Amino acid sequence: MANSDVAPDMHKTMWDNPTVMLIAKFILYVFLIGVAILQIFPLVWLFLFSLKNNQEVFNLPPLALPETPRWENYVTVWTQGNIGQYFFNSVLVTGSAVLLTIITASLVTFAITRMRWKLSKPVLGLFMVGLMIPVHSTLIPLFNFFLNVNLMDHLLAIILTYTAFNMPLTIMILLGFYNTLPREIEEAAIMDGCSINRLFFQIILPMTAPVVATTAIINMIYNWNEFVFVQTFISSDNLKTLTVGIQNFVGQYSTDWGAIGATLMISIIPILIAFFILSNRIVEGITAGSVKG
Amino acid sequence: MDKVMSNKKIIALYVLPAFALLVVLVYVPIFLTGYYGLTRWDGIGERVWVGFDNYARLMGDSMFWRSAYHSFLLAIFSLLSLVGYLIISMILAGKIKGADLFRKIYLIPMLLSSVAIAQLWMRIYHPTNGVMNRLLTSIGIENPPLWLADTSIVLYAIFIPIIWQYAGFYILIYYAALKNVPNELIEAARIDGASPWQIGYKIKLPLIMGVIKVTIVLAVVGSLKYFDLIYVMTDGGPNGASEVMASYMYKQAFRTYNFGYGSAVGFFLLLLALVVTWLIRKVTESKEDNVQY
Repeated sequence: MANSDVAPDMHKTMWDNPTVMLIAKFILYVFLIGVAILQIFPLVWLFLFSLKNNQEVFNLPPLALPETPRWENYVTVWTQGNIGQYFFNSVLVTGSAVLLTIITASLVTFAITRMRWKLSKPVLGLFMVGLMIPVHSTLIPLFNFFLNVNLMDHLLAIILTYTAFNMPLTIMILLGFYNTLPREIEEAAIMDGCSINRLFFQIILPMTAPVVATTAIINMIYNWNEFVFVQTFISSDNLKTLTVGIQNFVGQYSTDWGAIGATLMISIIPILIAFFILSNRIVEGITAGSVKG
Repeated sequence: MDKVMSNKKIIALYVLPAFALLVVLVYVPIFLTGYYGLTRWDGIGERVWVGFDNYARLMGDSMFWRSAYHSFLLAIFSLLSLVGYLIISMILAGKIKGADLFRKIYLIPMLLSSVAIAQLWMRIYHPTNGVMNRLLTSIGIENPPLWLADTSIVLYAIFIPIIWQYAGFYILIYYAALKNVPNELIEAARIDGASPWQIGYKIKLPLIMGVIKVTIVLAVVGSLKYFDLIYVMTDGGPNGASEVMASYMYKQAFRTYNFGYGSAVGFFLLLLALVVTWLIRKVTESKEDNVQY
């Protein structure tokens, strides 16, 4: 190896040696690619067994495809179970909660960053402490509350809960952006006799489009994947979201690997598509939502 | 201007929708959990005031302490895995081509639901047909472990998908922080003959200490309330070997209808999360002096 000719007293400048650097770089790339393979491999394997029947799963090597990929597994699970309904519920719940969260959170963020009132600091504090509350500590009272207001087994219970629990994170991400908006804009608008409602809805809100997109995608992912609220508050099968629905559905098919694989693939494909289109926004949202904590 | 921007009616109109949701669905439930914990209640009938009986029972409940111990172990594992994530991030933040692509690929598992991840890893760990044991037998290991069915290793087996799931998340956070380290500092150190290792350990690490503290809180508190994946993969089994605090609380309330006792467990979880957050902040506080740029 080329680095054997590096003398001990050269230690300090060893990293200036191009050969050493090349080898070091090579090792690092192999390592990074190895980690990437570990992250992707389980999903590739899932995709492959979603195209097999049981015999092919048991007899073929894990990474081999059958002669004719069994796409019919996807058709079977989509038509036989309630997957279509679950899918629709997930879209409905996720969409409504994201809209509601973004509108209410934007209003609060505007009021806190732009308007003048004594309680703005403590109110913001209350929203931020919400970030630390474990969901499970609220589950029993929420269950009781929805029972009493007749929202048990109702999608509205889920939509409202998602909105409340995603509010702190959404406000936190929005805050950073609102703080960078120049104050001259609103001063000019108010001077011209613009009302606050018009200022917010027609001037400020459109300006926050990029950060709204970021919070929307982050909220979407969280809501789409949420499990314990739906599992606890929804009992009717035709009201379940995809995340909870597949859990029951997979239970019924516990021995049919192809059907299970296809079901799981259907549940993750929307997220993967969102990822391929919006990966920059997702990266931005996750970073903004954590580093400032 | 000032008068317009401190219009009380508008402020109330903007803040109240979000605030009401937060109070009704997050803060009131927390206090109710504390209150329910002082009662005996089956979820439907009358609540009977029992004072601190539930907490006295909690202190002597060996199954609870076992699940608390498992949650504690998960927290320790998570802390250890942070070191690995940090090393990967340090490599990525060096002069690596395609670092952006790598960190996006690493992030993919984080975007999937815990239910889908749990279902997938249950197949990966399948004793005979799972890809894990297929690989182990193909390299000559005759009696590969039973993974999720083995009480002595089930907790470790569960932790592997957790590492897999969160890797991209923490790498993203560390990477963003490392990229914020001023380049002049690194260049100056390099000219003075510092090795890449020294630059990482003595310059970059102290500068991102603030972010590391945040991730420690996230990892520890996240582990204490960990639920979805375990609930789906093992349901706390076999024989309680993977029971954690949140799953124990859930079972007490929604399986055996001990809503009073379940609330006590939930309230304990809340207090623990808050105390641990405060403690970590306190313990790491003194190091803050070094983080100034």
